[in-house]
Amino acid sequence: MSIAEPAGLAEPLADRGAPLIEMRDISIAFGGIKAVDGASLDLMPGEVVGLLGHNGAGKSTLIKILSGAYKADAGMIRVDGREVAIASPRDAKRHGIETIYQTLALADNVDAAANIFLGRELLTGWGTLDDATMESETRKVMGRLNPHFRRFKEPVKALSGGQRQSVAIARAIYFNARVLIMDEPTAALGPAETKQVAELILQLKKQGIGIFLISHDLHDVFDLADRVTVMKNGRVVGTARTADVTQDEVLGMIISGKCPPAAVAGPGALRN
Amino acid sequence: MTETVPAPASPALERRSLADRLREIEFDPRMIGMVAALAVIWLGFDWLSDGAFLSSRNLWNLLVQTASIAVMACGMVLVIVTRNIDLSVGSMLGFVGMVVGLVQVRLLPGIWGFEHPATWIVSLLVAVCLGGLVGLLQGALIAYLAIPSFIVTLGGLLIWRGAAWWVTQGQTIAPMDSRFRPLGGGVEGAIGTTASWAIGIAACLAICAAAALIRRRRKRFGFALRPLWAEILIAAIGCGAVIATVTMANSYALPAGIARRLVEAKGGTWPEGGLTIGHGLAVPVLVALAVGIAMTFLANRLRFGRYVFAIGGNPEAAQLSGVNTRKVLMLVFGLMGALAGISACISTARLNAATNAAGTLDELYVIAAAVIGGTSLAGGVGTIVGAMLGALVMQSLQSGMVLIGVDAPLQNIVVGIVLVIAVWLDGLYRKRLG
Repeated sequence: MSIAEPAGLAEPLADRGAPLIEMRDISIAFGGIKAVDGASLDLMPGEVVGLLGHNGAGKSTLIKILSGAYKADAGMIRVDGREVAIASPRDAKRHGIETIYQTLALADNVDAAANIFLGRELLTGWGTLDDATMESETRKVMGRLNPHFRRFKEPVKALSGGQRQSVAIARAIYFNARVLIMDEPTAALGPAETKQVAELILQLKKQGIGIFLISHDLHDVFDLADRVTVMKNGRVVGTARTADVTQDEVLGMIISGKCPPAAVAGPGALRN
Repeated sequence: MTETVPAPASPALERRSLADRLREIEFDPRMIGMVAALAVIWLGFDWLSDGAFLSSRNLWNLLVQTASIAVMACGMVLVIVTRNIDLSVGSMLGFVGMVVGLVQVRLLPGIWGFEHPATWIVSLLVAVCLGGLVGLLQGALIAYLAIPSFIVTLGGLLIWRGAAWWVTQGQTIAPMDSRFRPLGGGVEGAIGTTASWAIGIAACLAICAAAALIRRRRKRFGFALRPLWAEILIAAIGCGAVIATVTMANSYALPAGIARRLVEAKGGTWPEGGLTIGHGLAVPVLVALAVGIAMTFLANRLRFGRYVFAIGGNPEAAQLSGVNTRKVLMLVFGLMGALAGISACISTARLNAATNAAGTLDELYVIAAAVIGGTSLAGGVGTIVGAMLGALVMQSLQSGMVLIGVDAPLQNIVVGIVLVIAVWLDGLYRKRLG
């Protein structure tokens, strides 16, 4: 199978306007090892794209470049068709890109409000922290995500796994995110909480938010995602619409790097 | 808990409700424990010294002796909260103290003569700026070059102690400017009874106003309020502590000779039977309290303080949230240095001389004060109030043992044991309730 242009946007999606996010030929190396090698990825508004691959395939690294945690050695990122420089998490947030990290990235010793507003605190006219307003806003946003949540004054280390997850999600959606990156969002959750997260994803999708779902487990994302992009050894194997491929075919992409005919092959695809 | 016994109020349930109630009124049980420990120490020494410990004279001096360590402990809390340590504070104090002596006794008099009204303020500014710069330098090495703070400040401990000697080739500089000396306490550093009452009343009003303001704000947002009795109790305890301190300071009488000179200087006549004039609050104590209030404000009400705690809880999370963690870290060490500068002024003024040995071993007392005050070496946890109370506990032990005539080597042994036990107890507490 011959390889066309960098794997990415399938033609039928192009009529939906400019992609929210385009990542083109992104590369990054750590100490000589190419963690991501010429990867390209797109995201449309209101679309859920699953990013799949084994542990160490480079998916988290690729996505950390988008969220500003790492700086790419090469490649380009466009937001709404305009090229942007993302050098820090602050830059990413300015473009409406919010991330829910696998580790949740919560400061365990402070409360929910302090975590949600960390780095973006609300201030009073005196320049001091406006804790009352922050707590009030936290109550509102947590009320949407987790109506039974009451422990607003406690450090988040006292919370359950699901509650901590809600705090991390609240932090991502409170600031009107346009792009949401979820790294293994359900890895630490029970079945009921996993279902809640799935419902939330569908609800956010309806609001036109683009979502990257990163997982090493195909079953977590196949039903939620509109498209899946598979990575292996730092390179993109291929991208396919979930409607056009079977789970077994995607599993084949993950394990052997073999691209099914319905997928757009990337530079990491097995050539035969 | 056993579900089988339908007892209406099992002891376990009761205990839980007490902890819940404490949480409800936002009373920190650890703080209560510290105050209780301090009370035990004070009453114990008072009993052993036949009432000498709780005399106004001893308490007044105790507070003055605590000031220098308490000021630095405020900064050390933030350093330790960020999972770092500063071993160089004692040496920084020595170095800055020598420079302050040099500026004040040799440099400034060459410009505008001795006893110039601006000498003390210039000295203080030099101390704060120099200390801040030294701290920033160390902070930059720690934050931007990623050298462990233990190593950088261990180097600093040697470097600044050596530098302190270098300033004058080991010579002691004395005496200090007369307007500078009040910073160290003593008779000159007591503000008098009237001014003490004025400050005490202002402090009480501020405590009540702050409580009322916070309550009104929480009410407006519809948040849960403390019960009114708890609110009043907390304010009453605060005001009571203020009034007790002022009363104590005012009842410590000036020596008769000095009181007489004071009266005659104001044009009065010394009465036949004599007259007792109280010291009033000491300047270094007021400086330490002002530093404590400012640092508490910074830690709890400003973004900077929030970032310090977030970095301590999870440095990676703080960075991913867009916090400039390196800059914050560098500034924390800068702040520590500036506070060491203030302490350098306090101890230089108190000694009425700048010596290159000033502040020796202070780093250990400062760290011990912070840790006894509940600052966790694992980072992320600590309060300014706790550290200041910790400093008071350390100093109480020390001066109490002097008072009852314990040998110096035994004093160190006791202080060391208390430090270890305090941290062990705190760890137990954390495991249970934390």
